[in-house]
Amino acid sequence: MSDHSSSAATPAGTATSVLEHPLVDGPVGPGCRKTDPIVIADGVTRQFGGLTAVDVEHVEIPRGQITALIGPNGAGKTTLFNLLTGFDKPNTGTWQFDGKSLAGVSAYKVSRSGMVRTFQLTKSLGRLTVLQNMLLGAQKQKGENLFRALFRALWKGEEADITTKAEELLARFKLDEKSEDYAASLSGGQRKLLEMARALMTNPRLVMLDEPMAGVNPALTQSLLGHIKDLKSEGMSVLFVEHDMHMVRHISDWVIVMAEGKIVAEGPPEKVMEDPAVIDAYLGAHHDTDLGDIDGPNPVEEAEKAAAARHADEHDDHEQKHGKDEA
Amino acid sequence: MDWGNILGNAAGELISPTTAAYALAAIGLNIHFGYTGLLNFGQAAFMLIGAYAFAISVLTFGAPLWVAVLAAFAASILFAFVLGIPTLRLRADYLAIVTIASAEIMRFVVTTTSLTNVTGAANGLSNFSGGFYDINPLPEGRYGFGPFVYSADQWWVRLVGWGIVLLATLLVFLLMRSPWGRVVKAVREDEDAVRALGKNVYSYKMQALVLGGVFGSLAGVIFILPRAVQPANYGTALTFFIWTIMLLGGAATLFGPIIGAMIFWVVLSLTQGILYGLIDVGILSFISTSQAGQIRFILVGLALMLLVIFRPQGIFGNKKELSFSV
Repeated sequence: MSDHSSSAATPAGTATSVLEHPLVDGPVGPGCRKTDPIVIADGVTRQFGGLTAVDVEHVEIPRGQITALIGPNGAGKTTLFNLLTGFDKPNTGTWQFDGKSLAGVSAYKVSRSGMVRTFQLTKSLGRLTVLQNMLLGAQKQKGENLFRALFRALWKGEEADITTKAEELLARFKLDEKSEDYAASLSGGQRKLLEMARALMTNPRLVMLDEPMAGVNPALTQSLLGHIKDLKSEGMSVLFVEHDMHMVRHISDWVIVMAEGKIVAEGPPEKVMEDPAVIDAYLGAHHDTDLGDIDGPNPVEEAEKAAAARHADEHDDHEQKHGKDEA
Repeated sequence: MDWGNILGNAAGELISPTTAAYALAAIGLNIHFGYTGLLNFGQAAFMLIGAYAFAISVLTFGAPLWVAVLAAFAASILFAFVLGIPTLRLRADYLAIVTIASAEIMRFVVTTTSLTNVTGAANGLSNFSGGFYDINPLPEGRYGFGPFVYSADQWWVRLVGWGIVLLATLLVFLLMRSPWGRVVKAVREDEDAVRALGKNVYSYKMQALVLGGVFGSLAGVIFILPRAVQPANYGTALTFFIWTIMLLGGAATLFGPIIGAMIFWVVLSLTQGILYGLIDVGILSFISTSQAGQIRFILVGLALMLLVIFRPQGIFGNKKELSFSV
């Protein structure tokens, strides 16, 4: 790939020994180079007033894989999404998708180039039917031109083709029963499904899902996970934002961790969870310092210790959450 | 009270050229607001621009009819671009503010005395529709049936006015069943979602603004054919009458603007006839006829309030669509 001379950021503060991975060209670490990246971003920053929401030195998204973008609240994941897809403008930075520079390109052109996104808060088009929502996703429709639109003969055939395609996708996402209902009548989880299905109508090469699992019940989550895996098997690359570590472990091939706007760790899911930078990001860098010793007696701490002692036999999971609250 | 006369006048409003002009302006506004979700509070400006472009081309430049109509088209397209280029990238509310302000600006511009030789200032313009009546193919004389007895020229302006309304309705029908219509309706629902699917939202909003504006401008031309151009006619009240008509018939419906305009004018005529009649026979002794004229518009305001509270979807609107809070 062209842009590989640039800085692969030094794995600052990472204690892990040098790790190799088939997806990675060189050692694994934050900002590491991939053997076959689909997105390469350099020096992307975005400030809101005095706050630096995103400050990414270098990041690459592997092609044909499912990549998870994780990080605590306010880490800048969604902002990075917005920047890459043209929904927000960065203060600095360049990035390319499939070798084509997309910096400063407007959102609709980004989507046309094959990089399509969904939203954290689903944007189903309420007073359009589910089928119309789907048909909207098809690209380069002749009937979307004001003058050709007047003559049905010009777009009738195309409309029939994309309707067939839309119905197939709806059946796959188990929304075919609903195709004539208004999208506003769908449940939250069904809207997530619809949004994903609609994005697929554009024939994307990279699907970017912003919290696809948020607010979806466990049963639907399973089918959503299945659909995301299907995307990969159809040759698409997937980048998704997620909070839930279990989901991430389940389906992703690669995990990128953000905190305070920066990429702090990268790696395969089973390894990245052990990375101290990730634990710091999620639990706070001082999660194992005993604040009580520094500041003198702390009644809250005392009480919590007592509580912890009572629940000593509870498993690690609980303890982690406990620590998180404290942080 | 002469009920025959009152009902006859009211029936006449059904097919009057003014009703046709209001219906056409409402069809344009329906493209803006009903289908695309653009908050245009300056439809009066598009009507003003059509009217003045037509009248000035004829009076100042001696243009033939077709050139005058083309001038009305061109002026409204230009105006739509001037409005849209800075505002359509912004949130919907900004377009509302800009349109209401620019409509007032246009009205003050044509009223200014330094333009008297072109716009006629506060007196407006008249005697410009000769070219239109010259091509009237109808035979001379008065004919018709029931309350609809008119002269050849009166029939001519009604035929042309309603012909254009029907053509505009056909155009809206063709567009809104097409993929183009799907995109603008989606823009109404959520711009960002449409952008994320690779559609140039800005361009679609501009197309809708221009199209609805051209209809508004043509409405302005039809409106002035049977009368003079009066700048006072193009105040904000005109815009809100057009809004009333569109909401009355039902936003985003095909025939809503037409039926809305008919009901609006028939009700205005009926209330006027009845109020004047009551004053005449001495039942309403405490108001004058000019006060009665104002009461009609108070009733219009009241009707609009009742409408949006109790039947927000209008006459043709789909209650189901409205039950979703969007």
